[in-house]
Amino acid sequence: MNAPKLTILQEGIEAIATTLIAHITVEDLDFREKAIYIAMMTRRVVMAMHNPKLVDDRDYVGNKRLELAGQLMSLLFEDLFKKFNNDFKANLDKILKKPSRASEFDALLHINIHSNNVTTGLNRAISTGNWSLKRFKMERAGVTHVLSRLSYISALGMMTRISSQFEKSRKVSGPRALQPSQFGMLCTSDTPEGEACGLVKNLALMTHITTDDEEVPIRKLCYMLGAEDISIADSATLHTNGTFGVYLNGTMIATTRFPIQFVAKFRHLRRTGKVSAFVSIYTNVHQSAVHIAADGGRICRPLIIVEDGESRVKAEHLLKLKQGAWGFDDFLINGLVEYLDVNEENDSLIALYEKDIIKATTHLEIEPFTVLGAVAGLIPYPHHNQSPRNTYQCAMGKQAIGAIAYNQFRRIDTLLYLMCYPQQPMVKSKTIELIQYDKLPAGQNATVAVMSYSGYDIEDALVLNKASIDRGYGRCQMLRKNTCVLKRYPNHSKDIVTGMRVNEKGEPIFQHSALGPDGLGEVGMRIQSGQVYVNKCVPTNASEGVVGGQPGINQQQQYREAPMVYRAPEASYVDQVMMSVSDNDQALIKVLLRQTRRPELGDKFSSRHGQKGVCGIIVQQEDMPFNDQGICPDIIMNPHGFPSRMTVGKMLELVSGKAGVLDGTLQYGTCFGGSKLEDMSKILVDKGFNYSGKDMLYSGITGECLQAYIFFGPIYYQKLKHMVLDKMHARARGPRAVLTRQPTEGRSRDGGLRLGEMERDCVIAYGASQLLLERLMLSSDAFDVDVCNTCGLMGYNGWCPSCKSSENITKMTIPYAAKLLFQELISMNIAPRLKLSDVF
Amino acid sequence: MSNIVGIEHDRVTNTVSTDFPGYSIEANNEFDIEEFKKKFQINISYITERTANFDLIGIDTSIANAFRRIMIAEVPSVAAEHVYVFNNTSVIQDEVLAHRIGLIPLKVDPDTLTWVDQTVDEKDRFTDDNTIVLSLDVVCTKNPNAVPGDNRAENLYRNSNVYAKDLKFEPQGRQTETFEKNPVVPCDPNILLAKLRPGQEISLRVHCILGIGSDHAKFSPVSTASYRLLPVIDILKPIAGSDALEFQKCFPSGVIDIKENGEAFVKDARKDTVSREVLRHEKFNGKVKLGRQRDHFIFNVESTGAMPPEEIFFKSVRVLRNKAEYLRNCPIGNLN
Repeated sequence: MNAPKLTILQEGIEAIATTLIAHITVEDLDFREKAIYIAMMTRRVVMAMHNPKLVDDRDYVGNKRLELAGQLMSLLFEDLFKKFNNDFKANLDKILKKPSRASEFDALLHINIHSNNVTTGLNRAISTGNWSLKRFKMERAGVTHVLSRLSYISALGMMTRISSQFEKSRKVSGPRALQPSQFGMLCTSDTPEGEACGLVKNLALMTHITTDDEEVPIRKLCYMLGAEDISIADSATLHTNGTFGVYLNGTMIATTRFPIQFVAKFRHLRRTGKVSAFVSIYTNVHQSAVHIAADGGRICRPLIIVEDGESRVKAEHLLKLKQGAWGFDDFLINGLVEYLDVNEENDSLIALYEKDIIKATTHLEIEPFTVLGAVAGLIPYPHHNQSPRNTYQCAMGKQAIGAIAYNQFRRIDTLLYLMCYPQQPMVKSKTIELIQYDKLPAGQNATVAVMSYSGYDIEDALVLNKASIDRGYGRCQMLRKNTCVLKRYPNHSKDIVTGMRVNEKGEPIFQHSALGPDGLGEVGMRIQSGQVYVNKCVPTNASEGVVGGQPGINQQQQYREAPMVYRAPEASYVDQVMMSVSDNDQALIKVLLRQTRRPELGDKFSSRHGQKGVCGIIVQQEDMPFNDQGICPDIIMNPHGFPSRMTVGKMLELVSGKAGVLDGTLQYGTCFGGSKLEDMSKILVDKGFNYSGKDMLYSGITGECLQAYIFFGPIYYQKLKHMVLDKMHARARGPRAVLTRQPTEGRSRDGGLRLGEMERDCVIAYGASQLLLERLMLSSDAFDVDVCNTCGLMGYNGWCPSCKSSENITKMTIPYAAKLLFQELISMNIAPRLKLSDVF
Repeated sequence: MSNIVGIEHDRVTNTVSTDFPGYSIEANNEFDIEEFKKKFQINISYITERTANFDLIGIDTSIANAFRRIMIAEVPSVAAEHVYVFNNTSVIQDEVLAHRIGLIPLKVDPDTLTWVDQTVDEKDRFTDDNTIVLSLDVVCTKNPNAVPGDNRAENLYRNSNVYAKDLKFEPQGRQTETFEKNPVVPCDPNILLAKLRPGQEISLRVHCILGIGSDHAKFSPVSTASYRLLPVIDILKPIAGSDALEFQKCFPSGVIDIKENGEAFVKDARKDTVSREVLRHEKFNGKVKLGRQRDHFIFNVESTGAMPPEEIFFKSVRVLRNKAEYLRNCPIGNLN
C-alpha cells in the first residue's frame, strides 16, 4: 500500500477523470469526450439564457425515469455487500495486526461471522421499507408496501402504482398537474385525492417500463450506420449547420449530416429485431441532436406502425390473432407494432383511428381506451362522466367487496371481505375482460329506480328492497384472523391449550361451549361474545428462575387460564383453524372467524361512477314501486345525485344494462366506444319499452300510477367495505384515562362521545349552564376537594396541611383536570389560591 | 271525471280516483253494494300451474293493491327456517348453504301446518303439527365408471352437484298419514344448492315452518304478484297510408291493425306495453291519445309452486276480509 504521493496537479487530474461527470469513463487521460460533454452542457445553458423556451420541462414525462425494484435492490445489495467486505477486512486486519496469535488463522470463520449481514440487511429494508444507504446518500422511507389483498382491484391497482419523489406537503401545481405527455403512459384518472393528488400515479393499460440496455453494441451500430465518431470530429463540423450530434443516453458519441436517414435506418433495424425493441431514437431539431436512449426506467407503450399512409397490421394478421396462431409478441417480432417512449412519441404523428391516417402519419393507436389504467377501466362510459367522478371511482373500486382470488376460501388474511353472490357487470368494458374482472367481480347488478322515496334517501342515501336483501343481495362475509402464540419459557415450562370446563350436569360451561376436546374452537361452531375459541393456559411459575428444581420430574405444573375470548356485537363462526410454528419455533395457532352479513342501515354502497351512498332505509317489497311486469327495484336512488355530479355515464350504463337484460346480452361501456345509445334505445323500443329507459311505475303503497316516468333499469353497484357493524359505538359509563380521570377516547377503547368546543359554544350561547356543568364536569371527571378558605389551597380529609388546621375547610366539586392543574402549578412554585364566596 | 289515466309524453295525468264520498258536491259516490255487484267483473285470461292472469274490472285501486300487497307479504307459506348442520366439508359456508336452502320453495299445503309459537320453550316448540323436517345427506365420491376423456364433473364424480331434490322428507309423528299422499318435495327439483368434490360431504337437517312474506321473502308464496292497468289507445284523427304502417310499428305486434282502406285501427289495446313510442313521432301529434283504464286491473300472479296461483289470490281475499272483520270488531271502529 505504498502508492506514490501524488502531486496536486495529478490529484486534480485524477479528480476530473473520476469524480467530475463520473459516468463518462476516461481512458488514457483522453478527456475529449468529457470535455465535449461539459461543453455541450454549457452550450445548452447559454442557449437557454438566450431563448427561455429551450428550458427543459421538468414535469415532462420524457424527462422522467421510473425506479424499479431491481434498481433499488441492486443499490441496497451493493451497499450491504461493500459494508460486508469492509467489516470482513477490518476484522481480518485487527487479527493479522496482532504480533502473535494464539490460534491458527482461519478466514472462513470470519466470513461466517458476517455471513448473515447481507440477508438480514435485505430483509430489514424490505420489511420496513426504509432504504437508508449512506454510501449513495439515500434516505427513503416507504419504499416497499405490503400488497393489499382486500380486493382483486386493490391488489391490481397497487401493482400499477407509481409514487413521485416529490414532497407531498408542498403546495405546487406543476408536478401534480395532468401532463399532456402522459397520454397513454400514465392513467389520467387514477390518482388519490388529497395531499398525494397527482403525485401518486398509476400506469396505463399497455405501458412497459424499460430496463438498462447495453451501450457498446448500439455505439458500434451508430458508426456502422454512417455516423462519424466524435473523437475524430473537429470543432468545425460540430458547429456547421445541418450537422446533428448523435447522443447515446445523453452523451455525444458521433455526428451525422443525414439525421433523417440515420434515424430511419436505425428504426428499421429496431423493427427487424436487430436492436432491442425498447431502445428509442428521436431527433431534436432545436438541439440539432439525434438522441438514442437505452437506459432503464423510461415508460413506453406499443403502437401500430403506419407506412405510406397504411397500417402495417392488416386483416390477415388480426385473423391470425383471433385464431390464436399469433400473440402480441408475434406482432412485435414481425415489425407490425413497436414500443415508443415518450420522447420518440413526440417525434411521431400518431393517428387515433385508422380513418384519421394521413400521408405523414407514422403510427396508429392500438386502442384509445388504453389511456386509462386497469382500475379506471372498470368504469362504463367514463368519457361521458365529469372527470373527478372517474377519479373518485378509482379510489372506491378498491374498497369494493367481491371475489378477491381463486384461493380466497383457503387464505388466512388478517381481514378479508368476500361477497356471497358476486356478479359480472351487465355493462362491461374491454378492460374488464382484459384484467378478467368478470371472473373475479366485486358487485352486483341492481335494478335501480331513480326517484325520490320516503325522505330517507336525501343526501345520497339509498333505499334498499328488503326482499332483495332476503334473497341475497349485498350479502357478504367478513373473515378475521386471530393469532395466538404458545410461548416457551426459560424454565422449560410452556403455554398449553386445555379442554373445556364443564358444569355439574357435565355440559360445557357457556364460555367453553364452542370448544372441542383439544381446547380449540371447532370448525363451524358459532362463537358469541364472551366465548372462548382458544383455551390457552399460562404456567403460573413462568417468570421463576431456571435454577429451581429439575424440569419434568418435579411436581404438577400449575396453570392459569389466559384464553382468547371473542368480543364483538355479533356472533362469528369458526372458519378455519391453523396450527403452525412461528419464527422462533413457538407453536402458533391461527383461528379464522367468519361473519356473514346482510346489508343493513348505514352500509355503504357505490355505483361505478363515484356515486357513493349509504343505505338510509330498508323497505318491504310490497311498498316498493313496480312496473307493468311486476318488477320492483332493488335500490331506489335519489335523482338529486345527477344534476351537480354530471355522471352521464351512469345513465348510459342504465340504458345499456336495461337493453342487455331485455336482449339477453352483455353490453359494452368501453371508454371512447361501447354500445351506442341509439342501438340501446332501439332494443328497448323493440322489447316494448320506452326509448329513454323511463317506465311508468305504480306506487307500491297506494297502488296508483306515479305521475312521473321513472328512470328504471340495472346499474352495477358495489358494496364497500365500510359497514356500520364495524363502526357502531355508544357509551354510557366506561373506562377512564388514568391521568385525567376523563372518559377515554375512541371506539376501540370504548370511549365517550366528546362535547367539543363548538358544541360547548352552542350550549353557552343557549344559556343552558346546568347542562354545561353536567356535560363538562359531572359526566366527565367530577372530583370532590377540600378547599381551605384561609390559604385557598387544597387539603384532604377536612384538613389543610399548609394551615395545619381543619377550620374553614369547604368541600366542593371541581373537575379532576382542574385539581390536576392546580397541583402541577404548585409543583412549579406557583400557588393558585381559591377564594370561595356565595353566589346565590 | 273520466277513469282514464292519461299517458302524456312526459308525465302521467289523472292518476288518482275520485269516486269516493265527499269528493264533490254533485256526485254522491257513496258505496253501493248492488251497484258494485253490477259493475264488478272478473275475467280470467289463463290459469296454469304456476301463473294466473286475470282481470279485475270495476274495483277501486286501493282494494286491488291490497290484494297485490297481501299476496306478496301476508299469505302464509312454508319454508325452511332452521338448519342444523352436522357436517359440511364443502366449499360453501354453512350460513350461505342454509340461506340457499331457505329460499327453496316447498310443495306443502300451508293449511296442514299450524303456526309455531315463539313463546314456547325451544325444546317443545317444534311439533309434528307445525314443523316439517327435511334432511340432506350427500357424500361425493369418484365415479369408478367414468368415461375417460370426459372431464366434466358430472362424469368424474358422483354427487358432485347437490340439488334441491336431494332434500329428503322425514315425516314426524302423524305426518306419515297426513302427508302420505303428497309428501313434501321442492317445487323445482333442480335448484343447485352446492357443488362437491370427492371426500366432501354435507349432512344436515332442516326444520320448515309457516311464515309470511313480510317476515322474509322466502315465505312469500309468489315470485311476484302484480297488476297493470288496461291500456287504452284512442285514435283521434284517422291515420292512413304509409303513416298507418309506421303507426303500427310504434306498438307491439297485434295492437294496431290496418283496415282495407289503409286506415289504422286499434285491434287489441290489451297487448300494448305502453312504450309511448308513438308520442315520439311529430306526425302523430294530436292524432292519438294514450291512456290506461284506472279501474281495470290485469293481474298477473306467479306462484312459486307451493300453491296454485288462484288459491293464493283467494287466500289474499280471505286475509283482507279477516282484516276488515278485525277492524269492524275493534272497539274504536265499532260504530254500528
